[in-house]
Amino acid sequence: MRSAYAVTAVTLVAVATLAIGAYGWRFSRTTSDFFVASRSVGPTLNASAIGGEYLSAASFLGVAGLVLAFGTDMLWYPVGWTAGYLVLLVLVAAPLRRSGAYTLPDFAELRLESRAARRFSSILVVGIGWLYLMPQFQGAGLTLQTVAATDRWVGGVVVGLVVLVNVFFGGMRSITFVQAFQYWLKLTALLLPALFLLGVWAGDGALSPADASVAPGGVSGDVWAAPLEFGSGYPLYSTYSLILATFLGTMGLPHVVVRFYTNPDGRAARRTTLVVLGLLGLFYVLPPVYGALGRLYAPDLVETGRTDAVVLELPSRMVAGLGGELLSALTAAGAFAAFLSTSSGLTIAVAGVISQDVMGRTFRGVRAFQSAAVVAVTVPLVLAVVAENVSVARLVGLAFAVAASTFCPLLVLGIWWRRLTAVGAVAGMAVGGLLSVGAVAATLLGDVPSGWTGAVVAQPAAVTVPVAFVTMVLVSLATAGRTPRHVAQTMVRLHTPETVKLDRGPYPL
Amino acid sequence: MTPPGTDGSPGGPPPRRVRVTSPRTGAARLHRLTAASEIDAQTRLGEIYMSSLLRAQLRLASAVLLTVGVLVAGLPLLFRLVPGLVQVQVLGMPLPWVLLGFAVYPFLLGVAWLYVRTAERNERDFADVVERSGSRPPR
Repeated sequence: MRSAYAVTAVTLVAVATLAIGAYGWRFSRTTSDFFVASRSVGPTLNASAIGGEYLSAASFLGVAGLVLAFGTDMLWYPVGWTAGYLVLLVLVAAPLRRSGAYTLPDFAELRLESRAARRFSSILVVGIGWLYLMPQFQGAGLTLQTVAATDRWVGGVVVGLVVLVNVFFGGMRSITFVQAFQYWLKLTALLLPALFLLGVWAGDGALSPADASVAPGGVSGDVWAAPLEFGSGYPLYSTYSLILATFLGTMGLPHVVVRFYTNPDGRAARRTTLVVLGLLGLFYVLPPVYGALGRLYAPDLVETGRTDAVVLELPSRMVAGLGGELLSALTAAGAFAAFLSTSSGLTIAVAGVISQDVMGRTFRGVRAFQSAAVVAVTVPLVLAVVAENVSVARLVGLAFAVAASTFCPLLVLGIWWRRLTAVGAVAGMAVGGLLSVGAVAATLLGDVPSGWTGAVVAQPAAVTVPVAFVTMVLVSLATAGRTPRHVAQTMVRLHTPETVKLDRGPYPL
Repeated sequence: MTPPGTDGSPGGPPPRRVRVTSPRTGAARLHRLTAASEIDAQTRLGEIYMSSLLRAQLRLASAVLLTVGVLVAGLPLLFRLVPGLVQVQVLGMPLPWVLLGFAVYPFLLGVAWLYVRTAERNERDFADVVERSGSRPPR
């Protein structure tokens, strides 16, 4: 499916991203601008930016591909990614903003008063960030390959370069404008073609996707339309493990968390999250439509294993002539916006941590941040080119499982349980991290055992999250003498509204 | 023409104003610590203020999570226990599709909206108690 229109559209998105970023450059002067846009972004702009950043390659391409291939069970991915924001809103949003920290390691140090907990969190942020950046670069490679017949690595390099230029000159302030624009672009890029496609489908007699006979390799219509048909043989376990990973993993993603520091106060953080929930719900209605129509109009993608391309190819297959080409170009543009925005957010988060905790001593301020950004992009780019291709949504799902098994217990217990100690937190994150990363490694190496163990390795969260929580609680109780000295003051800082004048301890910025 | 000084116009030094204060005020303040300073000093009373705020917020959070846990995360179990539901068609679509593809999003948004309203009310209540209590001597 080579298309000059699609190449033009992708180029336009890259240029628009740089141009809007340049508009933000004028405002970026201080280190605070670079990291958190000086904490002055209002709820609507910030919510659009969060939506823009959160809707990644996995949401834009991956969900439709999974629904096309496997059916109803895959709807839990978008549902979980939205519900994750509700859990985040309820347990974390306002206290996290009130903590006044930049990053997850900052939070760990503030709450636990321990350098070791900080360093451990830093390693995890970089690891999760890279795990999440890889599929973005892979998705970009797939998209450019589909629309311009380039080599697989080209798309990733293009995305990496655009992100670096923006992060280099504008930091968080310019990224906020860029991402807000990209949310609305992504929504339009799925909504408009979907309306045309549904029109065509209705004109063709509105056949049920479940009735379609599917090419070899696909599942039958009954299995496709019914829930609890996970291929693992343990559908109930797999479904609940996926629910746990997505519901609890969202709060632990480094690029999601860093966004909360750009709100002016805790109340704004809550209201922003509420708007985000609305924006996500609006978007996530659309990808499954592509997946379902794909069963009728592009069943061969299942056979060739290119299901992730269904969003890109469906418009030109269903709408003849120029109209179809233009609609396909629009979805390609939206997909590229997805890679660019998510990669930007992750790069900011990972670079923030690297510059503070690795380079902080030698470089300072903006220079350190810029050199860290280069490292933050290069490593996962190389990994994405070298590593074998695992499904985009699958890799992202594993990143959620790792986040849910490490940062989720740290945040939830840190915010709501006074008796958490640094030793307990590190022990819990280490156990949850080792187990979930082990599962990720087995999946990446293609070394997944069969039977019950295989189901656990494919969806580790239902085992690793409870283990991490229990470890954290038990070790904290065993080291009860070592609760942080200022924990009472920290609780005041996390939970009291800013309007009440209280002693909340020193703020770094 | 009024005599100088009576209407505050220049022409003579205006009488010095003297603030009249009750000698008891300072003494009363010493004994009446504000709720804010109780919290700052981490006294028993301060702890009670704080833990009542935390308890209210945690109770609210648990209620929200329980609602979502039962009504949304309970769906797979429901589909397993009542297999007939999977066959039900709504608007020409299987029920699981209607629920997971569409209905769940407005539901989550509604729950979130209720949560934000209640959480802000909890904080207002806390602020009212802390700011009203003993910050001024009673008139």
